[in-house]
Amino acid sequence: MRVKHHLLTTYAMLVIGYLMLPIAVVILFSFNEPEGRFNYVWQGFTFDNWANWDAPIGLRESMITSLEIGVLSTVVATILGTMIALAIVRHHFRGRASSNVLVFLPMSTPEIVLGASLLALFIQQTGIFVIGFWTIFIAHVMFIVSYIVVTVKARLIGFDRHLEEAAADLGADELTTFRKVTFPLIAPAMLAASLLGFALSIDDFVITYFVAGGEQTFPVYVWGIARVATPPQVNVVASAIFLVAIAVALGNVLWQYRSSRRQRGAA
Amino acid sequence: MVETSTATADVTLESVVKRFDDTVAVDGISLEVPHGAFFALLGPSGCGKTTTLRMIGGFEEPTEGRIMLGDEDVVGLPPYKRDVNTVFQSYALFPHMTIAENVSFGLERRKVARSELKGRVREILELVGLGQFGSRKPRQLSGGQQQRVALARALVNHPRVLLLDEPLGALDLKLRKQMQLELKRIQHEVGITFVHVTHDQEEAMTMADTIAVMNRGRIEQLGPPQDLYEQPGTAFVAGFLGVSNLLPGVIEGPNAVRLDDGTIVSAHVSGRSGAVAVGVRPEKIAIGPAGDPAIGAARGSNVLAGTVSETAYIGVATEVVVETQLGVVHVFAQNIDSGRTIPPPRSSVTLTWSPESTFVVDRDDSAD
Repeated sequence: MRVKHHLLTTYAMLVIGYLMLPIAVVILFSFNEPEGRFNYVWQGFTFDNWANWDAPIGLRESMITSLEIGVLSTVVATILGTMIALAIVRHHFRGRASSNVLVFLPMSTPEIVLGASLLALFIQQTGIFVIGFWTIFIAHVMFIVSYIVVTVKARLIGFDRHLEEAAADLGADELTTFRKVTFPLIAPAMLAASLLGFALSIDDFVITYFVAGGEQTFPVYVWGIARVATPPQVNVVASAIFLVAIAVALGNVLWQYRSSRRQRGAA
Repeated sequence: MVETSTATADVTLESVVKRFDDTVAVDGISLEVPHGAFFALLGPSGCGKTTTLRMIGGFEEPTEGRIMLGDEDVVGLPPYKRDVNTVFQSYALFPHMTIAENVSFGLERRKVARSELKGRVREILELVGLGQFGSRKPRQLSGGQQQRVALARALVNHPRVLLLDEPLGALDLKLRKQMQLELKRIQHEVGITFVHVTHDQEEAMTMADTIAVMNRGRIEQLGPPQDLYEQPGTAFVAGFLGVSNLLPGVIEGPNAVRLDDGTIVSAHVSGRSGAVAVGVRPEKIAIGPAGDPAIGAARGSNVLAGTVSETAYIGVATEVVVETQLGVVHVFAQNIDSGRTIPPPRSSVTLTWSPESTFVVDRDDSAD
């Protein structure tokens, strides 16, 4: 038993090490002081890259674009996705079963196919679409929506239908019922889904590259510059994104732990 | 006590029908619930009782018929515009709100002033015995306490009618018994009309002053518990409310039925003719050794001969299973003297009971 236990622990440590190593390298090389244009060989330690994180031309702008698209597409997709989830769970309509399946399609279709098809679509309708910021936005909303629908739907299915009836019974109209009962109860699922959606948007390269035109998000910027140079500031931004993600994840765990303890503690 | 139909009833159903696709859940129900009544809809699962309650609450719309609350026809009105409140079987307490927030939810929707609201919430929580629990969350309470919160949350609004959908179904037996009496006390204190749905005949009889027994979307019989028990109108009611012995026979004349073995028994036939079933409750039958002159001597008693096949001592009574030519008859013999006078198995016995305890129903070939 004991030996088995230790073997399992060792194995787990090895896997975690395997997962963490590339991230550790990214963070380490954000402190590198490279000679020349490429940041592939360790030369010496410096804080300069962090202090002048926006020194490379275009990096700052691409990061702003990424954040704008991330926030905007996540907000829109969360609203749309929540409404789709509500419709699928709450209402019986023709095509309900098929919409249930169709919602999964963007998640299962290869990104390269999605990106190419979207570009083809946008190009055919140049009267409507200008390739750039808004086509990236449309594409991101499209693939985030699926994740929102799936997450919010799971929450709604585990939701006592009588709660909404009870609210109506106590005098709340449809809007008040949503505001006071439904929304507070699905809000955690919406938040979790939108964090995931935001992460997907910030991270996406394949689809974005197809529909970006001249616009540059952070991943597109990195791809473009990597052919001529790899400034360590790219590692700085990547490390910062990683740290923010870790902070959000930890905060979420802490919040859930504390609220579950609060609820149990007083019983 | 029961007001005449000229006075306005709190709830009136007129020929209400509810169809779901091609199944008929409620098949033409008419009833009146007078003000202040404790009214029970009793029946097996799938009999349409919950659908009936949900139509009064506004969660389902009738396919046909009218539903009145007082003088107002409420068909088509959403639940939040009806002056009724519901206690749900699952309680449906809002998990993200405290007990006090749950209870004040209805008052806030009606824009009751803060100062008044606080007092009413405290008062109703006191009434259900949860005065100290206002700041807790629902999941910190036991099932019985949550049930009381659900009751308080509905009652605090002083609705015209309180609807209870199997409110005690999720509680264990002991707690259920306790809550039955508690509900009855609360109803007397607040004086609000209660309409209560249950499949538990004992619960209905304990609490309600009027019971509508439902089966297959229809009302089989409606009346005070005692009437339903003593004079069931149908074989279904006779079997659903307590235990009945039903003996096949044919109407012989006014107040006389010839049983299928030739015995003549007297009973109120109430205008029936042809093939019927004669019913008698097990505790109404006296049992004695065959030929005992003390048994069956009472004039006018109905008499039936049989052989004891089994006896079971169950404390308050001894259940005796008697084989007769008409089938098995169950007798509950009172253990007045420690149950020693009960005839042993395989002995021949005579069963007697009074015509007043005898009822006649149509034969129900599809009886469960």
